[in-house]
Amino acid sequence: MNAISARGLRKSYGDTVVLDGIDLDVRQGSVFALLGPNGAGKTTVVNILSTLIAPDAGTASVAGSSLADDPDGIRRAIGVTGQFSAVDNLLTGAENLMLMADLHHLPREVGRARTSELLARFDLTDAAAKVPSTYSGGMQRKLDLAMTLVGEPRVIFLDEPTTGLDPSSRRTMWQIIRGLVAGGVTIFLTTQYLEEADELADRIALLDHGRIIAEGTPDELKRQVPGGHVTLTFADDAGLQQAAGRLESSLADDEALTLQVPTDGSVASLRALLDRLDGVSVDGIAMHAPDLDDVFFSLVGTHTEEAEAVR
Amino acid sequence: MTITNPTRDSITMLRRNLRHMQRYPSLTLMLLGQPILFLLLFVYVFGGTLGDGLGGAAVDGSTGREAYLGFVTPTILVITITGAILGTAISVAMDMTEGIMARFRTMAISKASVLTGHVVGTVIQTAIGLVVVLAIAVLVGFRPAAGAAEWLAIAGLLLLATVGLTWTAVALGLKAKSVETASNTPMIFTLLPFLGSGFVPNDSLPAWLRWFAEYQPFTPIIETLRGLLLGTSVADSWLLAVGWCLVLTVGGYVWSKSLFRQERVR
Repeated sequence: MNAISARGLRKSYGDTVVLDGIDLDVRQGSVFALLGPNGAGKTTVVNILSTLIAPDAGTASVAGSSLADDPDGIRRAIGVTGQFSAVDNLLTGAENLMLMADLHHLPREVGRARTSELLARFDLTDAAAKVPSTYSGGMQRKLDLAMTLVGEPRVIFLDEPTTGLDPSSRRTMWQIIRGLVAGGVTIFLTTQYLEEADELADRIALLDHGRIIAEGTPDELKRQVPGGHVTLTFADDAGLQQAAGRLESSLADDEALTLQVPTDGSVASLRALLDRLDGVSVDGIAMHAPDLDDVFFSLVGTHTEEAEAVR
Repeated sequence: MTITNPTRDSITMLRRNLRHMQRYPSLTLMLLGQPILFLLLFVYVFGGTLGDGLGGAAVDGSTGREAYLGFVTPTILVITITGAILGTAISVAMDMTEGIMARFRTMAISKASVLTGHVVGTVIQTAIGLVVVLAIAVLVGFRPAAGAAEWLAIAGLLLLATVGLTWTAVALGLKAKSVETASNTPMIFTLLPFLGSGFVPNDSLPAWLRWFAEYQPFTPIIETLRGLLLGTSVADSWLLAVGWCLVLTVGGYVWSKSLFRQERVR
């Protein structure tokens, strides 16, 4: 069952095409990361799916409600923490949470209980009576997220939740996000940090110039790019030469007695490789998957070149 | 399941606005201080001379300062309203620049509640302001001749004018691209009473200005208040006054609603 599904989302501002046909499926209870550089259109996707702006074309459903027909149904099920602080700066932390409780029509006692529970959970109890302008960046982000959680949303949109945070606050935020996933909610995350997507996401989509240029699990994505290889280690030069003779595209290192063989990382290709090495004495074998940085730069790079070739 | 409940959401938003006013009272106090300052300034500094010049516009054949106090108090009441709505435009514009508005828009709440919260908040604030200003006017010697029915009519007209001007100010606040703009545009409403019978009788104005003064919204509103407070005839002005208030209310509301519906994404 998909918590979010979108087909052919398009959005332009004047002549500028921001989204050029986006298809997405996010499984319920999973973390989906939309990864891309600044200006790729990540926030626009979040704004559309969270009912803030209407797409020019395309359809979407979130938490079982259609974007076009029942935006209020979506609003009842989602929580959004945007890139920019969405707290009331003239109210205290506790008052901000109570405001959310009132807007969710929670009974007073329930609202009060949830407020103190969230304050405690996010380590904000001491700051409850202070206004957010006195908070650190990390604390403001936590209050922001706590406000999103008051309504116990089933789908949470986090638009660059850790941008601008110091490394320790970022780790805290990751822990919080993992905690939410454990509670069964679906998370739609945008980030420009590959590490963050790799750490948190079940599936990642790479967004560039308003198009999704790759989508899959972090491992699938890593396998899609050249750069993955198997390193074979040999006991002697004879073994190395014998293997190198059988594997055309391999790269031999005579000094270290190793042989690098390109692979897509699949079990089938590995089995084929081992079949061809039948009878050769191999000391060791190691797999090297490219990291997401390789994926990102390789895919974004290709795309840019294509775009330039078209021009 | 939560149900969209406009009244409940409006009360929540009203509480939010009242808390803002209560926590940061400087704007409220400044906006309330202005009409009081105007009252004292016009009565004690200009009142002696202006009062003598009122001629036929003065009631009971009174002269000087006493006559001018009666003449200018209705104007000061209207200026209390125009001052308060300046605060409304500013807070609405501030809200629109804040990230919290995006949050409200992604929640299943009555969207109008954000604006009605501001309007009701301003009406409450203005009502308190009007009572204070009127009390000070009485303190410095104003003796209204109104009976119970007149007081009821005065309260009704002031309420109607406040609602109309507040909705207009909400629209101006929404229209403003910045908080600075929002704090300037509603100034026109503080200026308008000067270009009418607010501070001097219409007859004393040059002919070209008199025509404008006759029909602009504040002249009939002030004239009607004056008549009700001092016990003179309101037959010529009350219909136009009520009409203007309704135009401001409906116009401001419709304009606000359409501005608020427009997509706004930072």
